[in-house]
Amino acid sequence: MKRLNYPFSPEAVRELRVGDMVLITGKLFTGRDAVHKYIHDGNKPPVDLKNQIIYHCGPVTLKDKSGKWTVTAAGPTTSIREEPYQWEVIRDYGIVGVIGKGGMGQKTLDACKEYGCVYLHAVGGAAQVLAEKIKSVDGLYLEEFGLPEAIWELSVEDFPVVVTMDAHGNSLHKDVEAHSKEVLKTVL
Amino acid sequence: MTKKAAKKKASKKVSAKKIVKTKPAKKIDSKQQTIDSLVELIRVTSTVVPDDVFRTITTAAKHEEKNSTADYAMGIIKDNIDLAKYKSQPLCQDTGTVIFFVYHPAGFHQTPFKELIKKAVTLATKKGYLRQNSVNSLTGENAGTNLGEGHPSIHFYEQKGSEVEVKLMLKGGGCENVSAQYSLPDTTLGAGRDIEGVRKVVIDAVYKAQGKGCGPGALGVCVGGDRADSAYFAKKQLLRKLDDKNSNKELDNLEKEIVTTCNKLGIGPMGFGGKTTLLSCKITHANRVPASFFVSISYMCWAFRRQGVVLNKNFAIKKWLY
Ligand code: SF4
Repeated sequence: MKRLNYPFSPEAVRELRVGDMVLITGKLFTGRDAVHKYIHDGNKPPVDLKNQIIYHCGPVTLKDKSGKWTVTAAGPTTSIREEPYQWEVIRDYGIVGVIGKGGMGQKTLDACKEYGCVYLHAVGGAAQVLAEKIKSVDGLYLEEFGLPEAIWELSVEDFPVVVTMDAHGNSLHKDVEAHSKEVLKTVL
Repeated sequence: MTKKAAKKKASKKVSAKKIVKTKPAKKIDSKQQTIDSLVELIRVTSTVVPDDVFRTITTAAKHEEKNSTADYAMGIIKDNIDLAKYKSQPLCQDTGTVIFFVYHPAGFHQTPFKELIKKAVTLATKKGYLRQNSVNSLTGENAGTNLGEGHPSIHFYEQKGSEVEVKLMLKGGGCENVSAQYSLPDTTLGAGRDIEGVRKVVIDAVYKAQGKGCGPGALGVCVGGDRADSAYFAKKQLLRKLDDKNSNKELDNLEKEIVTTCNKLGIGPMGFGGKTTLLSCKITHANRVPASFFVSISYMCWAFRRQGVVLNKNFAIKKWLY
């Protein structure tokens, strides 16, 4: 088990390799379709994303009477939808990690290698376990996109992920697919 | 609370499936009782995996190599199952397409029951057992109630006897997206119009899904039928308990064979690699016209949400089905 602690950096994520099981402690920013599209359209993100991690997640959130937010469910959403935009966000805003599920494509993999970023796979559907790791909600931006689509600034502790695309051009998704293809040939 | 204590509490919660006893002397508001029973059905379906699914996942987890990524993923999946039950919160934030199967006696009135189902869905959404998950396909609008054209999906069946039975399935989007329909013969796969051809396309669907359907998955399959019925019957196979037996010997063998073969693909939980790619496969068949031969595959994620209840004559829950 490896650890990735805040503040993050390209150097720290370059230490990680495909297949590493990692516990993240520190800050995450959620961002999914609307946010990526917004940045792609030329808008500056409302937060400084340099050396930060983006989490593809539309959390279920509750506000208590005092106005404090809590996250009640926070599993990853399918990442491949951000494939057209992700590489740009890595290049232009210096994010060093992307959390999601299902993996991403060649453009993102190339950007990870060039700029020092990793793709971290959370367990799809594990909404409760992952929400438990969120210790506080520290900010809410672009609320006008709707709560699941907004940017949530979250503090997490021991948030469990697996590195499936590293900063060295390796992709576990590619490897598993290639291996299963070989097996498939023998069983069909 | 320690994890152990939470687990202990969680197992206690199983009995929290409420069986409501009504006092005969009191006048019963059967409409309200029906809504209460249906909301409870939705709550349990969304927050607790059925026993047969739990058993299958636990057994599969034991086969993964210790300290592997697959072992890690299965551990998180099991923790999530415990935690969701303990907190009475949705297992996954995608609470899916809400599909009801209602089995009723002759003379039962479907239209008013439909209205009560809709009320229960709205209430369960307010209570947070269902996410606001239904979007108008033309306008993109989300009414926030989970009601709309075709939602929830409700199927009625008349059955013998005097009892009403309601089954519910919550079918996630990620796994629905990797579900598939093949038309045989399929020349690229060398799949002909026979059982061997069926075997090939089902395995191909699992290969194509990789980890994207939040595997380890479970399949419902239908051999034959027209495109629409074939897909529906495939999905209905997911109502079978994972450890049951197919009464058709040939299909029973095929089910087992497909699970064994798919688990050799090495895709593993979440597509991380590993031994558990498929938890189960359930197959049915329907007649076809000579010109077509469809094979439909409904893929269900590990967050396999289905439950069912038998209602008593006052519409309180008499018995849980899974
Ligand atoms: S496929 Fe299933 S487990 Fe995965 S996100 Fe969708 S509903 Fe949840």
